[in-house]
Amino acid sequence: MNSPSAPAFPPFTPEHSALRQAVKDFCIKEIAPYSEEWDKEGIFPVELFKKAGEMGLLGIRVDPSWGGLGMDWWATTAYVEGLTYCENAGVAMALMVQSDMATPIIHEIGTEEQKDLFLKPAVAGDKIAALGISEPNAGSDVANLECRARKVGDEYVISGQKLWITNGTRADFITLGVRTGEDGFGGISLLTFPTDVKGYSIGRKLDKIGNLASDTAELFFDECRVPARFLLGQENMGFYHIMTNFQGERLVAALSAMAGMEKAVREAIQYGTERSAFGRPIGKFQVWRHRFAEHLTAIEAGRWLCYRAVDLEDRGQPATREITMAKLFCGDLAQRVMYDCMQFYGGFGYTTEYPVGRAWRDIRLLTVGGGTSEVMKEILVKMEGL
Amino acid sequence: MNIGVLLKQVPDTESRIKINGDANGIEDGDIKWIVNPYDEFAVEQALQVKSAVGGEVVIFSLGSSRTLDAARTALAMGADRAVILDDDGFAGSDSLGVAASLAKAAQEEGIELLFAGKQAIDDDAVQVPQIVGTLLEWPVATAISSYEQDGDSVTVKREVGGGQTEVIKVTLPAVFTADKGLNSPRYASLPGIMKAKSKPVKRYTADDLGVEAGADNAKVTTDGYHMPPPRPAGRILDGELGDQVKELVKLLRQEAKVL
Ligand SMILES: Cc1cc2nc3c(=O)[nH]c(=O)nc-3n(C[C@H](O)[C@H](O)[C@H](O)COP(=O)(O)OP(=O)(O)OC[C@H]3O[C@@H](n4cnc5c(N)ncnc54)[C@H](O)[C@@H]3O)c2cc1C
Repeated sequence: MNSPSAPAFPPFTPEHSALRQAVKDFCIKEIAPYSEEWDKEGIFPVELFKKAGEMGLLGIRVDPSWGGLGMDWWATTAYVEGLTYCENAGVAMALMVQSDMATPIIHEIGTEEQKDLFLKPAVAGDKIAALGISEPNAGSDVANLECRARKVGDEYVISGQKLWITNGTRADFITLGVRTGEDGFGGISLLTFPTDVKGYSIGRKLDKIGNLASDTAELFFDECRVPARFLLGQENMGFYHIMTNFQGERLVAALSAMAGMEKAVREAIQYGTERSAFGRPIGKFQVWRHRFAEHLTAIEAGRWLCYRAVDLEDRGQPATREITMAKLFCGDLAQRVMYDCMQFYGGFGYTTEYPVGRAWRDIRLLTVGGGTSEVMKEILVKMEGL
Repeated sequence: MNIGVLLKQVPDTESRIKINGDANGIEDGDIKWIVNPYDEFAVEQALQVKSAVGGEVVIFSLGSSRTLDAARTALAMGADRAVILDDDGFAGSDSLGVAASLAKAAQEEGIELLFAGKQAIDDDAVQVPQIVGTLLEWPVATAISSYEQDGDSVTVKREVGGGQTEVIKVTLPAVFTADKGLNSPRYASLPGIMKAKSKPVKRYTADDLGVEAGADNAKVTTDGYHMPPPRPAGRILDGELGDQVKELVKLLRQEAKVL
């Protein structure tokens, strides 16, 4: 159940509500029933990308000429909110990497050829996309990434390593951060990298504690050659492009934290009417009523911070400050909320049979992935001149 | 082929139903409205027939102004256009009034084949499609679980209980009502939702159709609504086993009246 305020909020038209409902239906039928199974297998069927593409989930803001829907950020918001019903944060992350992390920058600054070769099939779900920025020695410190691309004739020759790459074991292309110039942020570029080139290899698929159905990979590049025209945007301006791209990624992360914890609280409240102890439903103990009242209040605050960031982003206004705050606030809040939700289920919460146990485990990523909470604070420190 | 689907908007099964202050209806406020689940099978079947034999799928829905939302869901699934009957002249119709209006609208639109859900999950009256068929003088096959069309001959199956299946051959034009399991309804995809916005919607009033509908013409009237009585708490018998059995039989006979 969504908060009553959400669907009635003016930027959400009936079309947005229909979209949210369609995503929800899709998740309930195509993903949720297999959630536990896919977690156990550590991967989900590759066909899901195609199904999601056919549903139109993978290019909501992309121009129709590339197969997208050409809708606004509120539509993306409705999509992220609907996606919580898949009961599997790993699958949701894989889809969001495809739709909102690896591809928007191609849509924004890519050439016609790059859009044709990479964006269009990603929107259709025919190709799987990954975003390759992080490395073993460069996570928070993006400016110091080491994977190098030398320009030789009309090609880039790439050597180095990436780590933590979502969709990495089966990506058809990677939006790849590489070093083309001097040390530091001034020497970074972005490339569209097709994974069928010689010298590319997939190392381990990492064993994680959560988001189990999503593959997170280590990737190696040994003298991989790609055409120089696969440069995305300007050479050595990659750091700025990455920072722009991060905004959408972080906003989506904040929204999914907000929607995910709200759903968990609503479900916990429902559970509280069904489970009794000491002769009354556990939801009637005042300590829990107050706790949920607090959490619903905090989530509501988080929602409006997210919506404010969506509003700015949607109107093309500077939104870094609000997006950073939303990611920080919702990511951190989600930890406390999920802790309590899990506690409320007692022993059942500690099993993977109840979605709450899995959600608690999965939500842990949200203060790390897409930039840690500490990094969010550092950004705010700079912006606020503290 | 001109294929029509009768579609009703109903409260979501998860909605908590409350009776309004005048006890002549339910409170609309908090209710989430959905397409009657059985009607989704009807829409899917119509779309499948269309892709096999060509033509057009037209959604017919009678209800209040919000019924268009339900029709739009069907348009987003792939139906071509909608016909909405949301005039005051239809308000308070009984099943006959609803069926007469829908039958007339289907006639006006040159419909040659009609699908509907086997029942609407709000009032479970199970009447409208049957009456529509009767008024159109078309055969009606209810609660079908499979559908095969060959020219204007259609073979359908119905699950008739006890694990038995009835096979019926029908000649078109005809009315079919869909049971669960007839097919698996497709989703309203997001591109479908976008396209649905610009699909044509036609409106008819009761005057346009020249039908006798609405509360004034209703032969069935509703005196009032009330909630089912709350279920009494369970009882646990005690005492000697033999006495318990005797007591149980007595209660089943005298109180529960099931023996
Ligand atoms: C499941 C998963 C999926 C991922 N998917 C992708 C992906 O698809 N693509 C991709 O490019 N990356 C991906 N990542 C990587 C992710 O973005 C990084 O893990 C994250 O940015 C943190 O980097 P790090 O792991 O190197 O941690 P580090 O940078 O080593 O940080 C370690 C700790 O130090 C703290 N710290 C660092 N700098 C500061 C500072 N200045 N002040 C205070 N504290 C600081 C951090 O907050 C953190 O607590 C993924 C990660 C995970 C776990």
